[in-house]
Amino acid sequence: MTDQRSQAELVRQSLKRRYRKERRFRLYGIVAIFIALASLFILFADIIGKGHTGFVKTTITLDVTLDSETMYLDDPTDKDQIAMADFVAPIIAALQDHFPNAEGRAAKRELGRLVGSYAASDIRDLLEANPDLLNTTQTMEFLAHDTVSVYVKHADDPSYSIRLSEQQQAWVDELLEKGVVDTSFNDVLFSRGDSREPGNAGILGAIVGSLFTMLVTLAISFPVGIAAAIYLEEFAPQNRLTDFIEVNINNLAAVPSIIFGLLGLAVFIGLFGMPRSVPVVGGLVLALMTLPTIIISSRAAIKSVPPSIREAAEGIGASKMQVVLHHVVPLAMPGMLTGSIIGMAQALGETAPLLLIGMVAFIVDVPDGFFSSATVLPVQIYLWASSSEQGFVELASAGIMVLLAFMISMNALAIWLRKRLERRW
Amino acid sequence: MSVNETISSAAEQHENSVPVQDVVTEKKREDMPVQEGKTVGLPYADDPKFKLRNVEVFYGEDRAIKDISLDIARNEVISFIGPSGCGKSTFLRCLNRMNDSIDICRVKGQLMLDDEDIYHSRRDVVELRARVGMVFQKPNPFPKSIYDNVAYGPRIHGLANRKSDLDDIVENSLRKAGLWDEVKDRLDATATGMSGGQQQRLCIARAIAVSPEVILMDEPCSALDPIATAKVEELISEMSESYTIVIVTHSMQQAARVSHRTAYFHLGHLVEVNETSKVFTAPQHELTESYITGRFG
Repeated sequence: MTDQRSQAELVRQSLKRRYRKERRFRLYGIVAIFIALASLFILFADIIGKGHTGFVKTTITLDVTLDSETMYLDDPTDKDQIAMADFVAPIIAALQDHFPNAEGRAAKRELGRLVGSYAASDIRDLLEANPDLLNTTQTMEFLAHDTVSVYVKHADDPSYSIRLSEQQQAWVDELLEKGVVDTSFNDVLFSRGDSREPGNAGILGAIVGSLFTMLVTLAISFPVGIAAAIYLEEFAPQNRLTDFIEVNINNLAAVPSIIFGLLGLAVFIGLFGMPRSVPVVGGLVLALMTLPTIIISSRAAIKSVPPSIREAAEGIGASKMQVVLHHVVPLAMPGMLTGSIIGMAQALGETAPLLLIGMVAFIVDVPDGFFSSATVLPVQIYLWASSSEQGFVELASAGIMVLLAFMISMNALAIWLRKRLERRW
Repeated sequence: MSVNETISSAAEQHENSVPVQDVVTEKKREDMPVQEGKTVGLPYADDPKFKLRNVEVFYGEDRAIKDISLDIARNEVISFIGPSGCGKSTFLRCLNRMNDSIDICRVKGQLMLDDEDIYHSRRDVVELRARVGMVFQKPNPFPKSIYDNVAYGPRIHGLANRKSDLDDIVENSLRKAGLWDEVKDRLDATATGMSGGQQQRLCIARAIAVSPEVILMDEPCSALDPIATAKVEELISEMSESYTIVIVTHSMQQAARVSHRTAYFHLGHLVEVNETSKVFTAPQHELTESYITGRFG
């Protein structure tokens, strides 16, 4: 009896110890998750805090008198005259209407610096398109100069105003009150390519470039990767050669991405003479980089198809090909798609290899094909983040948000596809 | 001549059949030698469906089946019994070459189906499996509709040219499997939503849809409850009129209920084959007796 009682006592004590251990273990887990979530939260808060102003543009709306005398322009259809004409003058004149006291060259120059440097070309484009508008008064909306834009967006923080003179600050304040200077959603960001001036710079060029690049990557890596996975998993004999291939695929997945860039530079550009900074070469390089990911995840998906299904099909007399195509591939498809989408998301965020093949160039035009010069989202962000102007720093953060939005939607797509296609057995 | 008569008459004629006295000894089970290639009882038949001679199966270096010779008669139900790991499933899977997908597995000996070599190098496995269907231990319907499960075999073998022909095959197969009345209103429902017993009967329907001559069953009832088991057993008895059935089972009652002959396997040897009633009432080999009386296994 005593023996039994002491044993029960021992068990009770060990139980206490075990429960304590379990509680501690759970605590570690909770702390780990908390740290992960906290860093994620800090990251998002920082990016959104810095970048939300990137989605806002500052505009100045003026009644511009397109006077032929002030512009030195008689005939807007004459190319030489257009090239020589002074399109800033009418803008300054329009601003002077608001501030009659601003006289003299210095004051005029300061007034002129309230609008962005592309304001003049807005007027030129308008006149070139509609020569009849000469000597009329038009209400036009101009993008404000970067310094003005930063000052308006950060009105509560004096450290952002230093690049405007006090006179200019007073003007902007007054124009803000009158509603001439206004902020609105930055549609420029989504409708233009890169620019020297932050207010005029957009991310559309990079988005389209990314799209073309991803299409090339998808078109190559998805079929090749899945075919390789199916062959290796289902048909390849088990021998030294396939072992060697398997090891090397795994190694390839661990190769730093910049090496793939060097390979692209040496092979596609150096050897095959393909043009630099075009989506085709970028897509090829990223396809090589994504292949191992797709092959490995597809093989795992194929392996996870229960052997009973294979046996069932074989038992009825399905050929190897029929077993694979009718049963194994459909059942493995969710896994293969998930792996591919995650591989694509990785490729979408890749910068290093693209720097080497010249996709880091300053490209203003939105690319119109697989062979036109382009840049991609992460490279665009890199370019903006490394520039000194506050406007570009904001744009970089805004670009990061756009990139993250793409990533999250791709991952969401992967989850949705998996849920949708998943079959239970 | 009934199945049993065929077998017994063959055994009398066959010179290889082992006289009973040879093996009956008073030794303990552990010392009991199993003589290779010597099988007690009635392993042979006239004009057999399967003629299997000196079959050996290797997994790498490991000899899993040791010199087994056996005939399986036409329209016979023969059950393979024996303790786990005795090689009965391995042997069963040789009959439609399901072992082919295992790389390290080698099969030696002569395996004839209707006097054609099963393991001939130019033998078409697909054609063989269309003639020798299989039902597995765990019900393994495809994750498709009930209709598609049954129609899959006829489709890939091109057995039905028109939709109506295919419908007929599906209905007949499901009727034969005793499943038609339960599922006729939901042929489009997914097969994985059925109960275990229904799933197994669906697998049987799927196997008979390609009109095989032989059906191999690898412990078809081990995952089923007694009621579902009874239904499947009833089905096996009905099917024995038109098919040759080889069934591996752990349940001796099942073997006794459904089979004409019973074969007892032990560590890769075929120890005893005989009419089922004889195996269970008067086993000739001591190992068989030990097994059926529950002393081991």
